[in-house]
Amino acid sequence: MENVNDLRDQLTKTITRPIEKIVKFFITASAFAAILISISIIFTLLTEAINFFQDPAVTFKGYFTATRWTPTFQNPEYGVIVLISSTLYIAVIACLISFPLGLFSAIYLSEFATKRTRKVIKPVLEVLAGVPTVVFGYFALNWITPNIIQRFIPGTGVFNALSAGIAVGIMIIPTVASISDDALNAVPNSLRNGSLALGATRRITSLKIMFPAALSGIIASFILGFSRAIGETMIVTIAGGQYPELNLDPRSAMYTITSSIVNVSLGDTPHGTTAYNALFALGITLFIMTFILNIGSDYIARKYRKEYE
Amino acid sequence: METKETVQVNSESVFNVTDLSVSYGDFVAIKNVNMDITKNKITAFIGPSGCGKSTLIRSFNRMNDLILGAKVNGTITYQGVDLYDKMVDPVQVRRRIGMVFQKPNPFPKTIKENITFGLKVNNMTDNMDDRVEKALTQAALWDEVKDDLDKNALELSGGQQQRLCIARTIAVEPDTILMDEPCSALDPVATKKIEDLMQELVKEFSILIVTHNMQQASRSSDYCAFFTTKTSDDGKRRTGELVEFNETSVMFTTPDKELTEQYISGRFG
Ligand SMILES: Nc1ncnc2c1ncn2[C@@H]1O[C@H](COP(=O)(O)OP(=O)(O)O)[C@@H](O)[C@H]1O
Ligand SMILES: [Mg+2]
Repeated sequence: MENVNDLRDQLTKTITRPIEKIVKFFITASAFAAILISISIIFTLLTEAINFFQDPAVTFKGYFTATRWTPTFQNPEYGVIVLISSTLYIAVIACLISFPLGLFSAIYLSEFATKRTRKVIKPVLEVLAGVPTVVFGYFALNWITPNIIQRFIPGTGVFNALSAGIAVGIMIIPTVASISDDALNAVPNSLRNGSLALGATRRITSLKIMFPAALSGIIASFILGFSRAIGETMIVTIAGGQYPELNLDPRSAMYTITSSIVNVSLGDTPHGTTAYNALFALGITLFIMTFILNIGSDYIARKYRKEYE
Repeated sequence: METKETVQVNSESVFNVTDLSVSYGDFVAIKNVNMDITKNKITAFIGPSGCGKSTLIRSFNRMNDLILGAKVNGTITYQGVDLYDKMVDPVQVRRRIGMVFQKPNPFPKTIKENITFGLKVNNMTDNMDDRVEKALTQAALWDEVKDDLDKNALELSGGQQQRLCIARTIAVEPDTILMDEPCSALDPVATKKIEDLMQELVKEFSILIVTHNMQQASRSSDYCAFFTTKTSDDGKRRTGELVEFNETSVMFTTPDKELTEQYISGRFG
């Protein structure tokens, strides 16, 4: 017969298993590493950015109103508007390319493609998504610019916003297409059947029923695409040029936030100078822009998600 | 002038099914179906799960076309016209032969838009408000929703959603309604409402209904078809077949077939 006290001893957690503890430690550590890394990035950006704004030559007002970004010049100007407008400009060109193309591919894939064509197109899109951005950059510079832009729009410079924007657009087509495709596939098949059973054609069913039902996911794909376009670095640095003045002509070079960061970090700008610290102010500016966009897309996706249950 | 072969049509019947079989790939789901479906009557399909009732009812409005690998052999004529003739447009077929599904599937739009969608698709855009009211009234839903026409349809209860689906189907003025277990997701009260509704609708429409509920078939149908599955000789495949097609009153009192009797009395299935 088992004695109650013996049983209690056996059930008491006296045995420590070291392996359990070690595994638990590493798992917990990994989970917190991401948070820690994020916090330290923000902290670094912030402290250096504060240093930047402490230079008397830099003012908040100047940062947002000057129309030149020339931190390494004799009389430096720090007009971030130049960079923000270039960034948005190229991003908008990219969106004009990628939203329609990405969305139409998604509608085609989910509503019209046979299983076999789907099997071909899906991997092609994935390959496109896997092309290193530096390849897109040289593709824009050495192919799109001479063969398309300069042929049809004479007088365009070697570095120009149009070419960079188009290449960024091509780069984000897979992002838009695959997230929109997921959104369309998440719409219950019963809605499609309900529409077709009323005598609607496939075209009307996809435009009037499936598209609106998937709208939240589609908008999320747009926001994410836009956010990727804003953060894109390699293509715009290679093909977009570094034109440091406020300029809205797509045929000429521009100067995005990312390419000016690359420029400062590649050049021999001495550590600790204002020009160097500017890099962190730009970093945090870019961070805030993409952060807001990501939150926005998350919010939209979440808000409309539960519609079908 | 081309003289078309005139088919002798029993004016009483809306569909004539001849030697029908439906397969998915090389799996034959149901075969050897022969039946005439009478106009303005309720015809119920009963039988154990998997015997091909849904497969069969989907062939009446070409919904099987949407399933990859589904193939229909034999003929179904609709008022004398072969539904599977290669000149026949399935979109036009579905405008005349409406369908209500097992699970209510209202569009994630307003109650009103759920009905106007079908109207627009079918170019019935005159007097839309009247048409909406008429359809909702016929579907016995008007009184419950007349003040909330702009409410999202997904906020309705399951039973209301199903009546909305019926309303949007009858709004486009089909002449036949196919219903695949329309009450299986509903509670008894909602089920009763739909059954009462069917008795009203059958004055204007021909109704085909799949049901797994024997009481429902006996209560509300005029004709009844009983299907079951036969296992192939190697025991691997189960193909649905029509066992008996009869007037409901006969079927539930003195069925012709022993198997029907067993199924109805609950000794099998
Ligand atoms: N889309 C499909 N693809 C392949 N097989 C199917 C499909 N739909 C139904 N089946 C098969 O066909 C048979 C009949 O199914 P179904 O018509 O749904 O029967 P019921 O409605 O009587 O329960 C079942 O064996 C089922 O597995
Ligand atoms: Mg079924």
